[in-house]
Amino acid sequence: MLVRPFEEIVQEHGAVVMRVCRALLPPADADDAWAETFLSAMQAYPRLRPGSNVRGWLVTIAHRKAIDQLRAASRRAVPAGDLPEIPTSDRVDDTVGLRAALDALPPKQRGAVVAHYLADLPYAEVAAVLDSSEAAARRSAADGIANLRRRYREGALR
Amino acid sequence: MTTDTRVAEELVAAFPEPAPETLGRLHDELVRRSDRVGLLDVAYRTVDSPLGTLLLAATPAGLLRVAFADEGHDDVLARLAVDVSPRILHGGRRLDGAARQLGDYFAGRRHAFDLDVDLQLAHGFRRDVLVQLRAIPYGATASYAAVARAAGRPTAVRAVGTACANNPVPLVVPCHRVVRSDGAIGQYRGGVAAKRTLLDLEAT
Repeated sequence: MLVRPFEEIVQEHGAVVMRVCRALLPPADADDAWAETFLSAMQAYPRLRPGSNVRGWLVTIAHRKAIDQLRAASRRAVPAGDLPEIPTSDRVDDTVGLRAALDALPPKQRGAVVAHYLADLPYAEVAAVLDSSEAAARRSAADGIANLRRRYREGALR
Repeated sequence: MTTDTRVAEELVAAFPEPAPETLGRLHDELVRRSDRVGLLDVAYRTVDSPLGTLLLAATPAGLLRVAFADEGHDDVLARLAVDVSPRILHGGRRLDGAARQLGDYFAGRRHAFDLDVDLQLAHGFRRDVLVQLRAIPYGATASYAAVARAAGRPTAVRAVGTACANNPVPLVVPCHRVVRSDGAIGQYRGGVAAKRTLLDLEAT
């Protein structure tokens, strides 16, 4: 298969990468993570092996960018609990609860939940995102969802 | 009772598809930043013209490609991804000058293009021919035979025709000004009707 113009990659996967960035980062940082993800991807793109799962590849990069940003933010010692609101949802009450529950997950579980349920990646690709085995990825996603269910305040669910 | 499935559905709903304006803004920013750091190997846009929608593509070195609608713009971009680089994005400011000058040209306000041209898609004699073509002034024509002589190979009349037929930057490199010695209009990448339109435009 011939290599496609990068514009097609951005058009096809831009939305899912943004959803991943928004799920992993505070809203103010999501835009920058999206841009950093696609800049890195664009640089490496000519060397991407034909037949690669492009969505999985992009989510892997986005996940790594998000972790880098979170580490940098924790070094800057942003006060805990300073969670900005979600700008694009009309269900702010629900999603802040979910957001807080998501943010409270252990990193592997959060990555697995976002990669599998939000980015719709199969577990083999989730494993690549987390740099773990497929079985471990499956377990992280299941544990993550179970944890979310427990921590997510019951009243937010209709 | 909250099920895992329900939680997964709530998660998906909590991070919905970004608005088109958001994605547009992110895309524009990517074009700007990739250009600034030297990653944007090819930028492209389209312009409307009396010859239909034209695709314009440029490298940092200059205008790389002008393509007619008949060529299939998606096909042209797919070729550029292979022949030049797959680091191709739509938009940005790189083609503003070319778009403006082409608009002025079709309006009869501009008789010469002041644009950097990247001829990397033409090689050898074909490239020599294209360089010669830039010397044919607005409103004038030259025969394939005359261009062959000017390019240093007087017997290569057919090769001049091939070079014109494969001109990657028609209009700006004016292959439409090359006609047959017997006065017939000859072929054109954008079709004979387009060539006639351009020669008529330049004759008024």
